[in-house]
Amino acid sequence: MQIDIRTDSSVSPIRQTFAHIARRLGADKPATRYQEAMFDLQPVTSFHYRPLWQPQYELYDARRTRVVMQDWYALKDPRQYFYGAYVNARARQQDAMEKNFEFVEKRGLLGALPADVRDVLITGVVPLRHLEWAANMNNAAITAYGFGSAITQAAMFHTMDRLGIAQYLTRLGLVIGDKEAVEQAKTAWMEDMTWQPLRHASEDLLVRDDWFELHVAQNLVLDGLVYPLVYQQFDRYRSATNPAFSLVTDFMAVWYAESTRWVDATVKTAAQESPENAAVIAGFAFEWLDRFTHALRPLSLRLFGSDGEAELASAVDALNKRLSGLGLTRQSESGDHHE
Amino acid sequence: MSNAPVFIALQATEDMRAVIDAIVEDNPHATVHRYPAMVKIDAPGRLSIHRASVEERIGRAWDLQELQLGLISLAGNIDETEDAFVLAWH
Amino acid sequence: MTTTTATAAAARAAVKPKLSIREKYAILTRDLGWETTYQPMDRVFPHDKFEGIVIHDWDGWEDPFRLTMDAYWKFQSEKERKLYAIIDAFQQNNGQLNVSDARYVNALKLFLTGVSPLEYAAHRGFAMTGRSLRGVGARVACQMQSIDELRHCQTQIHTISHYNKFFNGFSDWRHLHDRLWYLSVPKSYFEDAMTAGPFEFITAISFSFEYVLTNLLFMPFMSGAAYNGDMATVTFGFSAQSDESRHMTLGLEVVKFMLEQDPANLPIIQKWIDKWFWRGYRLLTLVAMMMDYMCPKRVMSWKEAWEIYFEQNGGALFTDLARYGIRMPKYHEQAAKEKDHLSHIAWSIFYNFNHAAAIHTWVPEPNEMDWLAQKYPDSFDEHYRPRFDYWKQQQEAGKRWTNPGLPMLCQICQIPMAFTEPDDPTQICYREAEHNGDHYHFCSDGCRDIFVDEPEKYVQAWLPVHQIFQGNCGGATLPEVLDWYHLNPEDRGDYADSPDRANWQRWTGHE
Repeated sequence: MQIDIRTDSSVSPIRQTFAHIARRLGADKPATRYQEAMFDLQPVTSFHYRPLWQPQYELYDARRTRVVMQDWYALKDPRQYFYGAYVNARARQQDAMEKNFEFVEKRGLLGALPADVRDVLITGVVPLRHLEWAANMNNAAITAYGFGSAITQAAMFHTMDRLGIAQYLTRLGLVIGDKEAVEQAKTAWMEDMTWQPLRHASEDLLVRDDWFELHVAQNLVLDGLVYPLVYQQFDRYRSATNPAFSLVTDFMAVWYAESTRWVDATVKTAAQESPENAAVIAGFAFEWLDRFTHALRPLSLRLFGSDGEAELASAVDALNKRLSGLGLTRQSESGDHHE
Repeated sequence: MSNAPVFIALQATEDMRAVIDAIVEDNPHATVHRYPAMVKIDAPGRLSIHRASVEERIGRAWDLQELQLGLISLAGNIDETEDAFVLAWH
Repeated sequence: MTTTTATAAAARAAVKPKLSIREKYAILTRDLGWETTYQPMDRVFPHDKFEGIVIHDWDGWEDPFRLTMDAYWKFQSEKERKLYAIIDAFQQNNGQLNVSDARYVNALKLFLTGVSPLEYAAHRGFAMTGRSLRGVGARVACQMQSIDELRHCQTQIHTISHYNKFFNGFSDWRHLHDRLWYLSVPKSYFEDAMTAGPFEFITAISFSFEYVLTNLLFMPFMSGAAYNGDMATVTFGFSAQSDESRHMTLGLEVVKFMLEQDPANLPIIQKWIDKWFWRGYRLLTLVAMMMDYMCPKRVMSWKEAWEIYFEQNGGALFTDLARYGIRMPKYHEQAAKEKDHLSHIAWSIFYNFNHAAAIHTWVPEPNEMDWLAQKYPDSFDEHYRPRFDYWKQQQEAGKRWTNPGLPMLCQICQIPMAFTEPDDPTQICYREAEHNGDHYHFCSDGCRDIFVDEPEKYVQAWLPVHQIFQGNCGGATLPEVLDWYHLNPEDRGDYADSPDRANWQRWTGHE
């Protein structure tokens, strides 16, 4: 088929964008790909049937969280990810990771580690693949039960990212010690005292009903402790003697910095909406901060030895500052009532 | 083994040309239908795509998963290994 | 390194067995999950038992395709970059002017208002199953489908965005989908699936829709686009289809998995296959009409498509499944009888009600009627040509009539009750049932059966015509309702009088 290049300027558009986008922008003007692919994708009215699995709610229902927004589309993604932008970004990152893995494997940089290093990686880091899987589950819940395509589509990307990271951690185990190492890591996750408080807290989070609580507890608080602890602080320890760890976990470090923009923007906007929201969100944040701080202590001691307490305190301190920057403050004992 | 029809439909792009040629040669019992932008290959009972056949034609290593880039539709149970992708009814 | 360690390492390297694809994929996916102990598994997965489907061992799940996330990102990015390069070229070169004629664009209006919102619904529905099914492998497959469906929704919006700038009827697609009478057909279909449990959803959508019936949606639309010069739609269509083949394999796997797990599952699955075949088939009425009436350059008839993609391919599929005790879906013979009539009935409905539709309609040209007569030798000249001839006469005499009333809708499929008896094309098919003292109406035995099995669910339906009569749609007069729908004059009516046609003539110098 032929493409005629027309220079006849009488062929001009009769409108610039879709009607619902024009309503959002305040006028019919050109919209970005992000705007067209994000606004109002989710229906809000005229539902036909109640869910058999949750008849107390409509199919899409803002009441599935205690957070209340006038406009759920205020929770935009500062990265402006729609599917195309997202996979293109990740494809470049995965390409870099492939090269990193190839580099490490070819030179056997992780194949013949000293026993103590091998052990701390297999039983202290690789088990994080299961924590990532729980993160995948929580983000799948946000994608499924959240309200408004702005936040749910970002949660979709986040869900698949967690699977990707879990797979990179699995490959780390395979490179260090094949299937046996990965099996050892899973046993540690299920049985070692290093991991039980964390697995317990993680399972307790899996059964929470409020999807915004999942967002705050998982994406802000837990990740806000684990990622700095492991992919920044622990990484510094490792890279002093061997660059291999940094190479095969580089994706995680870059990803965390990028995701923080989305997490912070959505939490801050929701908290600023109303004092009620701020109280609810702060309640989520500080309850889980205390729980996860306690749960991470054994892991921190495992990773850092006698420096474990100090390293954890440093991560907690940084997270506290971050929460404060988002407008979240600890409620008083009596005001912090939460099921 | 059933003789019921299986098919695979591929985009008529440069990338898929070698794949289509490989399928045609490896499956003499198949028929090819060409439509705008698409090639549909029908066969009674079974159709197989061999990695080695495609590699021979393109001169580089080829991963069967690269089929993803041009696949449109298919019919039949799939059996996939590192070396072959087979469609068949039982 | 000591000698012992060196020897051990060498020995290990020498006998290190290479993991098979299957084993490797299992480590990278299902092995990530675990049996929770601090919270009971039933609390972590509260929705996957109530339907009565029994799964003894999720480890029996065969991963239908083995894509790790890094491979997913790589392949999908390559597809996306190619797609958007074409979308960009299409926009820059005003590719919309290359379609066969502007009547074709109405097929795309039907697509954006009727199908793209279903892609979004599928995205959310698969996110739900991607959390609620207990099996890790199944969840991974569902999540990949969920993100794929988001891709389809967004790429469709981006592709069709350019058409929206030049043609009417596209602009308020989201608003229309949730309110307009014929769009409640697809909306209710998908909401029915999503409000069911996860196993029913995945049977309905992955199997019945994405495997059994998908070719009947995509092949016509995409081939229709190719034949009619719509390069952009061809591109996104075929690009999306490569994802669809992964979805199809999930559909087939999930049904076989459930059947293999426990004999108790067979009757439940057969019931779902029957229900969702019929609901899906009724949904495809809109596609039948599109193929036979809305594509100026026609690919094949609905009748031909049904014969190839359902009777032959579907036939082979159900022969394969017979070993599990599955039979062909109930009423498939009625669909076979109806293939001579479906598209003509549907187009007539739209022709009658085009003052309230967001697509233009027209009487087929003489050469188009000849094509229809040739493709439908047993029905067209006898039952349908006379009405088109009559309507053409009326139009030329200035007596174009549109139906001032509101049609009765089928309670299940929500299509106006215009289908005829399977064995008598001169009689409208009416079926009814009573529930709690109220009368309900259906277009067919298939829809009636669905109601009778779950009346409590289907009495809830938001039927557009009922809603208008109840005063929930802007007011008691047609102008008020059209206003509430956001249906502007330029979106509606005959193609001949439309601004779309006037613009097309101005831009291309063609009819």
